[in-house]
Amino acid sequence: MEQLKQELKEALIETLNLEDMTPEEIDNAAPLFGDEGLGLDSIDALEIILILERNYGIRIEKPSEGKEIFYSVDTLAQFITANRTK
Amino acid sequence: MKVFITGIGAISGIGQGGEEHLASFRSGQHGLGKITLFPTRHDVPVSEVKATNDNLKERLGIPRQQTLSRTALLGITAAQEAWQDAAIATTNGLRVGLISANSTGGMDLSEQFYPLFREDNSRGRLHHVASHDAADSTERIASYLGLTGFRTTISTACSSAANALMLGARMIRQGLLDVVIAGGTDALCKFTLNGFSSLMIVDREPCRPFDASRAGLNLGEGAGYVVLQSEKSLHKSPYAELCGFANSNDAYHQTASSPDGTGAWLAMKNALEIAGISPEEVDYINAHGTGTPNNDASESQAIYRLFGDRIPPFSSTKAFTGHTLGAAGGLEAVFSVLAIQRGIYYPNLNFTTPIEETGLMPVTSYSEQNPIRTVVSNSFGFGGNNTSLVFRQINR
Amino acid sequence: MFEKAVYINSIASIHPPVSEPADRIPGTRLKAEEPDYKQLIPNAGARRRMSRIIRMGVAAATRCLQEAGEAWQPDAILTATGLGCLEDTEKFMNSFLDNDEGLLAPTAFIQSTFNTIGGQIALLLGNHGYNNTYVHRGFSLESALLDAALLLAEGKASRVLAGSIDELTDTLYAILARFGCWKNAMAGEGAAFFLLSDQPSAASAVQLQAIDMISSPEKPGEAYLHAFLKRYHAEEATILYPEEYKQYSGEYPTAMGFGLWYACHQMKEKGLPAILLCNSFLDNHSLILLKQA
Repeated sequence: MEQLKQELKEALIETLNLEDMTPEEIDNAAPLFGDEGLGLDSIDALEIILILERNYGIRIEKPSEGKEIFYSVDTLAQFITANRTK
Repeated sequence: MKVFITGIGAISGIGQGGEEHLASFRSGQHGLGKITLFPTRHDVPVSEVKATNDNLKERLGIPRQQTLSRTALLGITAAQEAWQDAAIATTNGLRVGLISANSTGGMDLSEQFYPLFREDNSRGRLHHVASHDAADSTERIASYLGLTGFRTTISTACSSAANALMLGARMIRQGLLDVVIAGGTDALCKFTLNGFSSLMIVDREPCRPFDASRAGLNLGEGAGYVVLQSEKSLHKSPYAELCGFANSNDAYHQTASSPDGTGAWLAMKNALEIAGISPEEVDYINAHGTGTPNNDASESQAIYRLFGDRIPPFSSTKAFTGHTLGAAGGLEAVFSVLAIQRGIYYPNLNFTTPIEETGLMPVTSYSEQNPIRTVVSNSFGFGGNNTSLVFRQINR
Repeated sequence: MFEKAVYINSIASIHPPVSEPADRIPGTRLKAEEPDYKQLIPNAGARRRMSRIIRMGVAAATRCLQEAGEAWQPDAILTATGLGCLEDTEKFMNSFLDNDEGLLAPTAFIQSTFNTIGGQIALLLGNHGYNNTYVHRGFSLESALLDAALLLAEGKASRVLAGSIDELTDTLYAILARFGCWKNAMAGEGAAFFLLSDQPSAASAVQLQAIDMISSPEKPGEAYLHAFLKRYHAEEATILYPEEYKQYSGEYPTAMGFGLWYACHQMKEKGLPAILLCNSFLDNHSLILLKQA
């Protein structure tokens, strides 16, 4: 699980171009979206959907399905562990 | 100084010219079908113009071997129709301008060039990339119509053509031009289809503007142009007046509209102010109404905020034509003018259940001879670019 | 020409180096000297998605507003570009070609649209004012300046931010080489923004007096230029030909943006009373008449 979280953080930093951020600076439990967290928005949500599909073989049809799943690195990792096909 | 509309031209998935469009609206015939213009793995309905590039060239008398983008061909078709409709016998002494809009230039041809070019930089026909820029179709229209004066091109995503009409009206008002052909054109292409797919806002079913179950837009293609004239240059009885226009930025997000519809509200409010018309006097709104959850919620809020409990009849025509992007404001200007001339309410197809928050109910059936004096037409786009136009019946 | 006077109160440009003598061989690629974007676009969240052309545009616009030295919003934002965001356009094309139209990342598509720079400037400023984007080859910036003058005359605005941006990419260079464009020209790029107002600022020295756009296969000749100057009672104006500023900026659809920046500088440095700035791009020819305010 910890390795998956590390992997996810690296993918987020690279795909979303989070300049000057390191995986250590992303708190596993902190919200990814909104001003109190990383400040991601709906475009980033679409990019995260692609990370799930490309890296873990999970398809999400509607962005609205992702709301709770994308809350934090923790929730993302749990969802991936339960649903991954690769 | 007043600005009058003396010519209209339109081509879309539901027909060419005003009469064909009205026949489709009357019979509820939408333009949606499978994608035939290019091979693609996306299986979604789109509203294609039912004519190949060769058909379009033949109708225009353009030799088949001449390379023109579909964007230019659609634009020439509609602009020429508007220009003929205005029937200006001589342009001697008149300053005639062309203000055209589009969202992706000659991308339909660039898509033939680029896959070859990226394999080998010496490959790909240069003719196929020469019309890549957004100005190419405008220059082609000017050259086809023999126009030598002012021309420019506007690109503000889905509000592009509405901004072209707005600039035309303002240049006439300030006495810089006497006559302006203004509108927009866009051809369906792989780039656009994949782009909107990447945003996950393309519905696999026919779109349902303003319905609670709406799940996205359908793409379309086409072109719509009007001829604008100053009072002094009039030679015939005009169809309507373009009396109000405003452009405002939502400044909320790169693609999404604000939940309270600030940009849309400002555009409508300011356009009515310029026209000197109160919201109570508006008889019909041709809404932007794309069918995406976000746009329709935001536009509904803006309509509600401006009109309160006196919401005029409104509808989106995009379930018929698809979203024609850079052409939408031009096509819908043509529909607005026809609405005033014949008192038409256009049906908003596929509507059954209102959006919970606002409860707005669009017009769902076609009717003519309604008392329509004033029409508001909305065009909102990515980048927060929102524009509203106000059309008014001529006082007789 | 305009109902109200139009003053250029602030200018900013990102362009290839002007101080060093450029290697003036046709075909040379002149690359814009880019500033430290972290200073000009401090919002990392906004900056992270921006491609190079967007950074150049937003940074030049920001610098233009900063140099005006006042903390107000412009009433309108106008942008101009001949070819728009080529890097993002190509990136998105590659993405759907490489993945057979699957796994589509939206960011490049969103930022490929011509109005993306104008939209992002508005977004960063929280500006709800008039916002428009002109995309007509050698008339792009000219159209934006004309629109600005209309807005000022209408009384709808008293401060308009207008600018132009074009980027040079490897693909563009290679395609235009096949068209033979670099036989007699250098390839360039740049971003230039101007703050236009109906009121001159203390620092303001330049008035935009007239704009002319001519569509013709032929360049307007000397007789045309002199007739134009006569019409605006500006016979004393120095004529600034395209070769003079394009030796620094290189050729691109909105090289006039750099030309206008350069002309404003020349007027100040040399104390010239008026300049007639000329440009030609394909069949689009334009003239901008500037005078000391």
